[in-house]
Amino acid sequence: MNSHSSIRMFLTHLFLIVFTILTLYPVMLVVRKSLSPGDNFSRSLNPVPKELTLKHYKDVIGSRDSTGRSLFGRQFLNSLVVSLITTIMGLFLASTAAYSFSRFRFAGREIGLTMFLVVQMFPATLIMIPLYVILDRLGLLNSMTGLVLVYSTTAIPFCVWMLKGYFDTIPKELEEAAWIDGATRFSMFWRVVLPLSRPALAVTALFSFMTAWNEYILAETFLNEETAYTLPVMLQHYVGSHSTSWGKFAAGSVIVSVPIMVLFYVLQKHLVGGLTAGGVKG
Amino acid sequence: MAEVVFKNVVKAYGNVTVVPELNLKIEDGRFTVLVGPSGCGKSTTLRMIAGLEEITSGELYIGDRVVNRVLPRDRDIAMVFQSYALYPHMTVRENMSFGLKLRKMATAEINKRVDEVAKMLAISEYLDRRPKALSGGQRQRVAMGRAIVRRPSVFLFDEPLSNLDAKLRGEMRREIAKLHQSLKTTIVYVTHDQVEAMTLADTIVVMEKGIIRQMGEPLELYGKPANKFVAGFIGSPTMNFIPCSVTDGKMSNSSFKMKIPDEFDTAKHKDVILGIRPENVEHTDKDGDGVISGTAEIVEPLGAEILVTVTTESGSVMAGFEPTFRVKVGDKLKLRFPPDKIHIFNTETSGNSLRRG
Repeated sequence: MNSHSSIRMFLTHLFLIVFTILTLYPVMLVVRKSLSPGDNFSRSLNPVPKELTLKHYKDVIGSRDSTGRSLFGRQFLNSLVVSLITTIMGLFLASTAAYSFSRFRFAGREIGLTMFLVVQMFPATLIMIPLYVILDRLGLLNSMTGLVLVYSTTAIPFCVWMLKGYFDTIPKELEEAAWIDGATRFSMFWRVVLPLSRPALAVTALFSFMTAWNEYILAETFLNEETAYTLPVMLQHYVGSHSTSWGKFAAGSVIVSVPIMVLFYVLQKHLVGGLTAGGVKG
Repeated sequence: MAEVVFKNVVKAYGNVTVVPELNLKIEDGRFTVLVGPSGCGKSTTLRMIAGLEEITSGELYIGDRVVNRVLPRDRDIAMVFQSYALYPHMTVRENMSFGLKLRKMATAEINKRVDEVAKMLAISEYLDRRPKALSGGQRQRVAMGRAIVRRPSVFLFDEPLSNLDAKLRGEMRREIAKLHQSLKTTIVYVTHDQVEAMTLADTIVVMEKGIIRQMGEPLELYGKPANKFVAGFIGSPTMNFIPCSVTDGKMSNSSFKMKIPDEFDTAKHKDVILGIRPENVEHTDKDGDGVISGTAEIVEPLGAEILVTVTTESGSVMAGFEPTFRVKVGDKLKLRFPPDKIHIFNTETSGNSLRRG
């Protein structure tokens, strides 16, 4: 390696290290707060806590409802169920829809795709009131079902676009070969296309799960019973108009982030593309 | 085992007709090669047999059954794709078993068949590998294996060797020939390579713009091409063509004169095209009937023969001589066209041969 390229290497690493610190620093401050006693947010910029305590974590996890049952457990379960069902529904509906958009020519195909793109341009808050009215009519306020429906409909258009783009790259010959081999349309999709789409499916799943897991505004609007809250709503309620429990808020934030990190870790090996290499020439 | 018959089959995409009125009988158990330049409709024809392309009108028979509306999986055919189209997420064994599994065959029987075919194609040691870990030639064998285990009544090959290098292509070509000899199943094979067509086929079908220009055994097409297109397409290097005019039973141009052999009927033609294959051109010292002189422009010694491109007043003529013949660029040469080796075609777009009978 000559000196020119080692200077380049050094600068590249310096740049990356600085950006990593910039990204992680706020997170470190939150972690510090979650581990420090007291409810005030210290103005100190030192990310290392002076005293260590797990009190905030215990308080958040140990919260109880009026009947004495675990409130955090209930809310965690709410979030998990809503996110998982949104993911499963999103994956199923988006992958089948995307496959149709990718492989079939039918009336309304172009318009459908365009509509899916256009609805992405509106912020969710815009449809909040109509959605509230609809859910109210259906009796789905304060219910997991209502929330799953809302989250699925907001996540699916993006997922369809992403999966369609991926399906387009899978050579048609593979399906033709399967068709001649004796496959039905469904088994072509199920046994050839889906296994080859693992990277795209992983990204789509992650996206759906995160949409549901992190969403706050719609959940806050549609849920008004403490036992129906999802975790982001629970978190926000630690921030009061008169006083804010910063310690609990920080501890709660860290706890809420953990499942997403776990999910990223589990899915990362599927996110690597190139699975189709070797099937057809080149 | 089955024959494949096209009856007035038309294939059009919207207003564009790719195959106008195809009538073709592919005989049971024969190796039939569809050959032609790209865009001649040969692949479309093959894909219609496979059921991957719909038939616009007419009838297609496999065996004695009309299959126009029959799904590919119910046609009892197997196809080898140009790109191989192996399932990347499956091992070689799974690739080969896939079709049998879908047909609910017992696992023991599937394994028996796969092992048998893998042995025949010398891919037994790769059965647990994914296609990604195989070379081009090995992938080609797997693709063939996947077709063979199905024991279909018709095999379809869509330019299966065009992704291989020259040496491997020759090797696989011989394997395919061997395969047909042992299986004796009907094979329809598409290629643009006339060497593959000549060496593999029992019957060659030469196509141009969706039309069959000639159909027959390889040597028949080589020896008696029905038209200028077939004459130019079959044989390598390509046949020489020299425009001439006809007077008093002779054809001539400014630099050349030759008596028209009896087997050609040129009575109704003023202008004709003389065709002669490079390997039939002779060198001579004497002037005379059917002799043309020129200058050697390109000399290509191939070892087994020597190819000389000679510039004459009638254009370039390529000749293939015995390797001992000594010639260098710039040498004056006299070329003789033996009367029993020439072809004569009309100058119309059909370019039909004027051979009698």
